[in-house]
Amino acid sequence: MVTSAISRGSGRETRDSVVIRFAGDSGDGMQVTGSQFTLETALAGSDFSTFPDFPAEIRAPTGTTFGVSAFQIHFGGGDVMTPGDAIDVLVAMNPAALTVEIEDLQVGGTIIVDTAAFTERNLSKAGYAKNPLEDDTLARYQVLKFDITKLTADAVKPHGLSSREAHLCRNMWALGLLLWMYGYERTASIEWLKKKFAKKPVIAEANVAALNAGHAFGETAEMTEHLVGYVVPKADVQPGRYRTVSGTEGLAWGLVAGKRAAGIEKLVFAGYPITPASALLHILANLRAYGVVTFQAEDEIAAAGAALGASYAGALGVTSSSGPGIALKTEMLGLAIATELPLIVIDSQRAGPSTGMPTKAEQSDLFQAVLGRNADAPLAVLAPVSTADCFDIAMEAVRIATKYMTPVMVLSDGYLAHAAEPWRIPREADLPQFPVTYRTDPEGFHPFLRDSETLARPWVKPGTPQLEHRIGGLERDYDSGHISYDADNHARMTKARADKIAGIANDIPLQTAALGNDKGKLAVVGWGSTFGAIHRAVQITRDEGRDVSHIHVRYLSPFPRNLGDLLKRFDRVLVPEMNNGQLVKLLRAEYLVPAESLPKVTGKPFRVTEIAQAIRSMV
Amino acid sequence: MTVTTITDTQLAPKDYASDQEVRWCPGCGDYAILKAVQKACADMGLVRERTVFVSGIGCAARFPYYMSTYGFHTVHGRAPAIATGIKLANPELDVWVMTGDGDGLSIGGNHMLHVLRRNVDLNIILFNNEIYGLTKGQYSPTSRRGTRSPSTPQGSIENPVSACAFALGAGARFVARSIDTLQPHLISVLKRAHAHTGASFVEILQNCVVFNDAVFENITGKEVAADAQILVEHGKPLAFGKNKDKALRLKPGKLELEVAPPGPDTLVHDETNRPLAQLLAALEPPFPTAMGVLYCNPTASYEHDVYAQKGAAPGKGDLDALLTSERTWEVTE
Repeated sequence: MVTSAISRGSGRETRDSVVIRFAGDSGDGMQVTGSQFTLETALAGSDFSTFPDFPAEIRAPTGTTFGVSAFQIHFGGGDVMTPGDAIDVLVAMNPAALTVEIEDLQVGGTIIVDTAAFTERNLSKAGYAKNPLEDDTLARYQVLKFDITKLTADAVKPHGLSSREAHLCRNMWALGLLLWMYGYERTASIEWLKKKFAKKPVIAEANVAALNAGHAFGETAEMTEHLVGYVVPKADVQPGRYRTVSGTEGLAWGLVAGKRAAGIEKLVFAGYPITPASALLHILANLRAYGVVTFQAEDEIAAAGAALGASYAGALGVTSSSGPGIALKTEMLGLAIATELPLIVIDSQRAGPSTGMPTKAEQSDLFQAVLGRNADAPLAVLAPVSTADCFDIAMEAVRIATKYMTPVMVLSDGYLAHAAEPWRIPREADLPQFPVTYRTDPEGFHPFLRDSETLARPWVKPGTPQLEHRIGGLERDYDSGHISYDADNHARMTKARADKIAGIANDIPLQTAALGNDKGKLAVVGWGSTFGAIHRAVQITRDEGRDVSHIHVRYLSPFPRNLGDLLKRFDRVLVPEMNNGQLVKLLRAEYLVPAESLPKVTGKPFRVTEIAQAIRSMV
Repeated sequence: MTVTTITDTQLAPKDYASDQEVRWCPGCGDYAILKAVQKACADMGLVRERTVFVSGIGCAARFPYYMSTYGFHTVHGRAPAIATGIKLANPELDVWVMTGDGDGLSIGGNHMLHVLRRNVDLNIILFNNEIYGLTKGQYSPTSRRGTRSPSTPQGSIENPVSACAFALGAGARFVARSIDTLQPHLISVLKRAHAHTGASFVEILQNCVVFNDAVFENITGKEVAADAQILVEHGKPLAFGKNKDKALRLKPGKLELEVAPPGPDTLVHDETNRPLAQLLAALEPPFPTAMGVLYCNPTASYEHDVYAQKGAAPGKGDLDALLTSERTWEVTE
C-alpha cells in the first residue's frame, strides 16, 4: 500500500482503531472539521466510517444543547464497519457539546475542551450549575483543557482578522491538534482551505495558521501526561484507486452511470427541497455535462409528475424525497405502475411520522415503499447496505426500472445520505451494460404488448412515427391496451402487474449469508444501513462460539427467490431494524417464519453491543 | 420553441381522430371542442407523431383518447407537471394540456400557477363548465355564488375564480378565451395559442348539458350574444353590440372600464398590454365578456432557457473524471 509519505513520530502508542467525536455549536464548523479529519485518515490508508449528527435548526441559538452539531469518525487498521459504539476522544467546543455528548464517552476516554467557552453564561445554557472542569464531574475521564480560543487568536493575529473571524478558526486549531495526535498529514486540509477560501486569501491563510498552530501545539507543547501521540495501522484493503464517498454522492453518480449503461440520452431529475434528500438535487444540478437535467418542482407531487413525464418521453425520470414527500408522490407512483413506465424514486428515510425528526435516520418507510399505495400496486424496492453500496444500488435500480418498465424505490436513509466511507472507484469500462431498446417497429404494435420473459411492455418515445398511442390511469385491455372495465380483464391485468414484479426475483442474485453458515441456530436478518452494526455483532458473537449468521437483504421487493428457504434453515430469526418492526412482519407474512423483532427508534444507528446482547440472549 | 409543423401529405380533421368511440354525454360542449381542435390540427398540419395530448382527470381529461396523436391521461390536476417533464425530456414535442375548471383550478391550481409562471411551451386548454361533471354535478371553483349542487343544496357561498384573471396573475404570456359553440373563433384562437412560444392559456366556456345546462346562456344565447360578448382583436377598437354601437373606454381619472358609444376615447385593443388584459379578463355581466386573445407577449420558453444554460446536456461528460474529481489515493498490493 502506497500513500503520501507520512512521518509518524516514534514513541507513539499504537491503537487498532479509535472513535473521535467532534462536537460544538452548529456554527462551529464541526462537520467540516470531521470531514477534513476523515480525508487525512483516508489518505493515510486507514479504514473509516463516519456519522454526522446535526440539528434540524440551521443556526440554533449559540451555546444551547439543541444547537449541538457533532461528527463522529471511527478509523483504524481493521475492517471498520460502523461509526463506533463508544467514543474514545470527545472534542467539546463548549459546555453544551460536553453535556450532550458525554454519555457516549467511554470511561477513561479523553475529553478535549476549549476552556474559554466554559463561561458562566454558556454553562448555564448547558444546564451546568457549576463548571465541570473545576470539580470532579469528569473524574472518570482524561480531560485536556486548552484555551483554544486564545491559542487560535494568537495564531491568526498576524493576519489581522476581526475577533469574530478569528473565533471561526478555532475548529482548524482543533483539527490540527487531532491530526498531530494520530500522526496524520495536514496537506489535504491545507489544500482544501486554500480552495475553499480562494477568494478570501487572508481567511485561508489564517485558517492554515490555526491548523498549523494546533499541530505545533501537540508537537512542541510541554507534554501533559494525557496528551499523547498515537499511531493507527493502515487497513488491509483491496488494491485500487480510492476516495471518500457519501451515500448521496454514490446515489447521484450511480444514477448517471446507470443512465449511461442503459444508453439513455437524458436523465431528468425532479425534486422538491426536503431534509435529508435535497443534497441529491444539489449534486445532480452540477452534472449538466452528463446529460442530466434537474428540475426543482413546485411540490413533491409535481416532482414525481415531471419525472414520470420525462420517462414517458423516453428519458430516465428520477425523483427523490424523504418519507413525508414520498407520501405525496404516492398517487403518481400508482400511475407509473398502471402505465408501466420506468421511474426511479429515492427515499432518504428519516424519523417520523409526519415531520418527525428531519435530521435523524430511521428505516420506517419500508411499509410505505412496499405496500403504501391504493389498490394492488407492486413495484421494486432496493436498499443499499452502506454508503459505498449506494453507487451500485442506483445502477441496479436503473437496470430494473428500464428492463421491467416499472418504478423502483430505493430506500436510503439520513445516516447513509451523510455518512462517508472509503470507496474503491470503479472504472466505467468495467461497469455492467444494460442498453435499453425503444420500440420503433409499427408491425403488430400495441402499447401493452408484453415481453414473454420479463412481462415488460415496450418503451416508445413520442415522436416515433406510426406508434402513436394513448395510455393512462384507466384500466386497459390486456391485448389492445384500450380502456377496459371488463371484470376478467382487470383480474388478468392485476395478475400481470404482480407477476412482472415477482419475476424480477429470477433476475437478481440469490440471497446468501454475509457472515456465517446458511443454516443453524440463529439468523440475524437486516436491511439497509444497519449492515455494519449487525455484521460486527455477529462477528463478535461467533468469536464467542455462538451459532449465528448474518443475512442482509438488499432486494426488498421482490425478495430473492431463495430467501424463505434460507430462513427456514435456522431455528430462530432475529430482525434488528430502525423502526417498530416492519421487515419482520413482511418476512413472517411472506414465509410463515417465526421471526423476532429487535426494533430501535431513537433516531440513532444501532450500537454493535445492542445487537450482540440480543444475540447472546438467544443463542 | 415553436415546432415545425409542415407535412408532405395534408391531413384532414378526421385523420386526427383515434379509433375510439367518443363517450361524452350527447349534446356535451366537449364534442364541439374536439371538432375544433381536430380542425385546427389539420389547418396547421400538425405532425401526429410529434404531438402529445396530456390530461388530468375529469370529462375534459378524456380528450387524449380521442386523438390519433400520442396521449397521456394522467392524475387529477397534475397534467401541467407531467407535461413539463415531457418538455424537459424532449423540447421538440408539441405538447397540449387538456384540463377543466376543477382539474386545472382546484386540485391542480398550484401546478397551473407554476407552469404558467415558468412559461413552459405548452398549449393549455381549459374547458370551463363551472361544474364537476364526472362526479355528478358538484359546484366547482368557477361556479358562481348561489350555484345549487348536490354539495351546496342552499347554493354556493364561495366566490368564483376567473380563469383568465388567474392565468394573467400567474404570469401567463398568452391568455385567450372562446366558447365551445363559437366555431370559427375557437379554431382561430387555438391556432394563435399554438403559434405562441411559451405557455398559452385558453379558457373555453363549455356547456355541460347534464349538470349545468345553459349556465352561459346569458353570454352565448343568440339573442344576447352581440351585447354580452366583446370579440377583442389586436389593433381594433374595443367595440361590440349588434351594430358595433357600444365600446369600452377608460372611466376618466380611473383605471376602470366603462361602456360608452364609440368615439375618439374608445380603447384600441393592445394584446401586449398586461393591465388592459387584466381589465378585460375581469369583465363580467352586465359588462360584455371578453373573447379572443386578451394577452400575447412572448418571450423565451422555460425549456429553451434550460437548454441555453452552460454545459446543458451534451451528455458526453467523462464519468471516470467525475468519479476521481476529488482527492483520491491508490492502494497497491
